Amino acid sequence: MSDDIVLDVHDLHTHFFLRRGVVKAVDGVSFSLRRGEVLGLVGESGCGKSVTALSLLRLLPKGAARTVQGEIELEGEDILKTSDREMRQIRGRKIAMILQDPQTSLNPVFSIGNQLRETIAKHFPGPGGTVTQRAIEALRNVRLAAPEQRMDQYPHQLSGGMKQRVVGAIAISCEPLVMIADEPTTALDVTIQLQYLNLLKELQEASNMAILFITHDFGVVAKMCDHVAVMYAGRIVERGPVRQVFDNPTHPYTQALIASVPKMGDQRGRLHTIEGQPPEFSDLPVGCRFAPRCAFVEDKCLSTYPTDFSVGNGHTSACWKLEKPE
Amino acid sequence: MRRYILQRLWQGVILLILVTTIVFFLGRLTGNPADLMLPEDATEEDRQALIETLGLDAPIHEQFIIFISNAVRGDLGDSHRYRTPVVEIFFSRLPNTLMIVPAAMILAILMAVPLGILSALRRGGLIDKFSGTIAVLGIATPNFWLGMVLIYVFSVQLGWLPSARMGGFEHYVLPTITLGTFLVAGFMRLIRSSMLDILDSEFVKLARIKGMSETTVVWKHCLRNALIPVLTLWGVFMGGLVTGAIVTETVFAWPGIGRLTYEAVIFRDYPLLQAVILMDALLILLINLMVDILYAYIDPRIRLAE
Ligand SMILES: Nc1ncnc2c1ncn2[C@@H]1O[C@H](COP(=O)(O)OP(=O)(O)O)[C@@H](O)[C@H]1O
Ligand SMILES: [Mg+2]
Repeated sequence: MSDDIVLDVHDLHTHFFLRRGVVKAVDGVSFSLRRGEVLGLVGESGCGKSVTALSLLRLLPKGAARTVQGEIELEGEDILKTSDREMRQIRGRKIAMILQDPQTSLNPVFSIGNQLRETIAKHFPGPGGTVTQRAIEALRNVRLAAPEQRMDQYPHQLSGGMKQRVVGAIAISCEPLVMIADEPTTALDVTIQLQYLNLLKELQEASNMAILFITHDFGVVAKMCDHVAVMYAGRIVERGPVRQVFDNPTHPYTQALIASVPKMGDQRGRLHTIEGQPPEFSDLPVGCRFAPRCAFVEDKCLSTYPTDFSVGNGHTSACWKLEKPE
Repeated sequence: MRRYILQRLWQGVILLILVTTIVFFLGRLTGNPADLMLPEDATEEDRQALIETLGLDAPIHEQFIIFISNAVRGDLGDSHRYRTPVVEIFFSRLPNTLMIVPAAMILAILMAVPLGILSALRRGGLIDKFSGTIAVLGIATPNFWLGMVLIYVFSVQLGWLPSARMGGFEHYVLPTITLGTFLVAGFMRLIRSSMLDILDSEFVKLARIKGMSETTVVWKHCLRNALIPVLTLWGVFMGGLVTGAIVTETVFAWPGIGRLTYEAVIFRDYPLLQAVILMDALLILLINLMVDILYAYIDPRIRLAE
């Protein structure tokens, strides 16, 4: 089955080089995506999810951040070693991405059609009519009403939800292998979030593309994903099949995250929040990064970073309390 | 779009009426215009005769109506100094100004757009520092001083370029630079700062995510957005352009409407001054209307607004 892997990220390190020091925003992240798999990357805001995503596209803020170590193998080829030109052929064609805020993701001065056709013309050059047909087809696929008329409209004429569908149409227009969705519903009205998630799920099933689904909401992970990776302060602390991690979270951070999901029929009606703040990237603890906030902390946690312990069935967790006494 | 333009036109008409009214009453407020026209040794009879020929003895509102109805027919009176209709003088000078003002604007666009963009792309680099210095100097240097320095260096010392009057291509170089520097500096800084914002925007990120080349990102996705603030702040530049034209044409003895305005003031040629102010206002309104249309063309949020 391993030849089914479309994206294999191994030991990725992406650092920001700032005046006040080095920020190791992504500090040894590994994961792989199979064809048609939806992997959730979940964690609190600021833990390095977006930086991981942008590293995959090699679109980090120029001058400030750099991937200093690791491999990103797309269909077996390390894209960290390809030329800028080849990379531009991968972006939008092999790896597509949906950004968080539809209000700012589209260029206000160009029509929807222009921005959609631009992508298609780049990756599938052909006569204008064919490109337009493909663009309209993409808009139809994201269930945007009256796609032909939308082509001539401008972003300000569309609602937030419709704009995010257009961004989705751009992402699927070139039939990517991998789609990265970076908190695609966070900026949407609560009432249309579910619709959009259903749409993504539908598109994914129809095309069999893999999705890296980034969110801070474990509830969304449970709905959307096959596998999940929980990220904390630049590292993945627990991973496994969604059902298993959700039913039997082993890392105290994952447990806290799951507890913070508001449950239907929760009579107490209050949100569990995790106490304390994530550590500063410039001042990371030597041992486990969650130790300062952890209820089960031991001496070992403070001195040594835990290795990944298997919990069975591809479910692993980086927590010392899973170490088996010999 | 049509509604937007009609609205702008309507605003222009109202402004023009306001300017006309102010110009007329200001003229009467500063005393009897006849006094300005008479030679020093004129007698009281001469004065009365002039007042009657000019209709200055009629009640002020009648004078205003006569002034307006003449103005609408294109008659703004005769110049004292030239003894010919002021409107004719204005139109004989207009083409000369219409040569250096667009030249200055083209210079501003040709220099400011690439320099503004390059400064933003290589922030803190050599081009950024160089153009930053030029911009500060360009904004801080008064036109008349810049004009005189240019004349001193390139005409007097080096003898490369003519210092005054119209002629071939070489005559245009110094006046265009003198008038254009302020615009170059202003445009450049605006384009640079808006480019910096735009380069950080999410839609530029998405353009790159789609696989667009840097050329497309900068010259398609950024440029149009970067021009919007220049058009928004056009009024500020228009003010600079008007005073700039007066000063530049005066320094270079350039027979355009800027110099005509200056002459009208210096020689106390009141009908001429009145006409020049009104016609300048009309011209500015026309240019602003063109800019408004360009603005709508560039920004669909304006074009398609209800
Ligand atoms: N433009 C930037 N400049 C400096 N540091 C940044 C920048 N973007 C992100 N970082 C650092 O990287 C960390 C991870 O950011 P990010 O991946 O955006 O978090 P999230 O998980 O919320 O998507 C942040 O906590 C911050 O320290
Ligand atoms: Mg993020």
